[in-house]
Amino acid sequence: MAGHTVEEIKKETRGYILVFVALAALTVVTVGVSYLHLSIGPAIVLALFIATIKGSLVACFFMHLISERKLIYSVLILTVVFFIVLMVVPLSSFLDHLAPWG
Amino acid sequence: MEIPYTIDDRPDTGLYNAKLGIWLFLASEVMLFGALFSTLVLLRTGADYWPHGYEKLNVPLATINTFVLIASSVTMVMSWASLRLKDFRKHRLYLWLTFLCGLGFMVIKGIEYGTKFSHHLYPSTDNFYATYYTLTGLHGLHVVGGMVVILYLLLTGSRMWQSQPERFTNRIEVVGLYWHFVDLVWIFLFPILYLL
Repeated sequence: MAGHTVEEIKKETRGYILVFVALAALTVVTVGVSYLHLSIGPAIVLALFIATIKGSLVACFFMHLISERKLIYSVLILTVVFFIVLMVVPLSSFLDHLAPWG
Repeated sequence: MEIPYTIDDRPDTGLYNAKLGIWLFLASEVMLFGALFSTLVLLRTGADYWPHGYEKLNVPLATINTFVLIASSVTMVMSWASLRLKDFRKHRLYLWLTFLCGLGFMVIKGIEYGTKFSHHLYPSTDNFYATYYTLTGLHGLHVVGGMVVILYLLLTGSRMWQSQPERFTNRIEVVGLYWHFVDLVWIFLFPILYLL
């Protein structure tokens, strides 16, 4: 749901430019951090943290999730739950190695 | 028979049908890419040795591609905003720019693939390249799919603006949501594949 008056729309477009600048700056930061050659743990956390900020900016402003209908939030919450399950499933393979009977 | 709720919101969902449809589709896309990300995590954590992406892949080219795709997201949303301001000429300009950014992205991706092939690095080389080609290839197919729809809306599809401007504006919004999702996927693919 976006604004409807000319002024509201023009204000939104100025916001899009600011989001673009932020995304470009965060891309520079992402690449810059990779040149520090951090150990894999902190490197993954930092890279995913920056990517999450960038993704949130795209979703909130370009995809207008900041002001959407409840139904879309419901669909996305369900999607996030299943996505987390999908990402956690591989980690369960570690339990096989950790289990005392394994 | 007229398709219902192409312009006005349905009273029960509060959305026009195409918008709910694209969000449901994007939810399924999250699961598709999620399954592949999950596979990458499993392969990478289970491997005795996994190379860093920056040792094997062309980071400068991928960085340029990131800027190109981000720029295309801005032009896409500006194209929709221009329609809401009833400025059809500007809408077309921004939509063409979006299409050209998509094309630029694919050309750069083609150069990247070409270099890899010339060094005999294929999906069959090892698990690293298998996941690299699968993820970037599937993402590239999504970019091409978006470009096809954008081209249709630039050519014959644009006639709808004359007869049903609100419906055409909604179509651009729906395509925009898809395009931003493709950008969103790349935002995560780029550091995971190239920088870690």
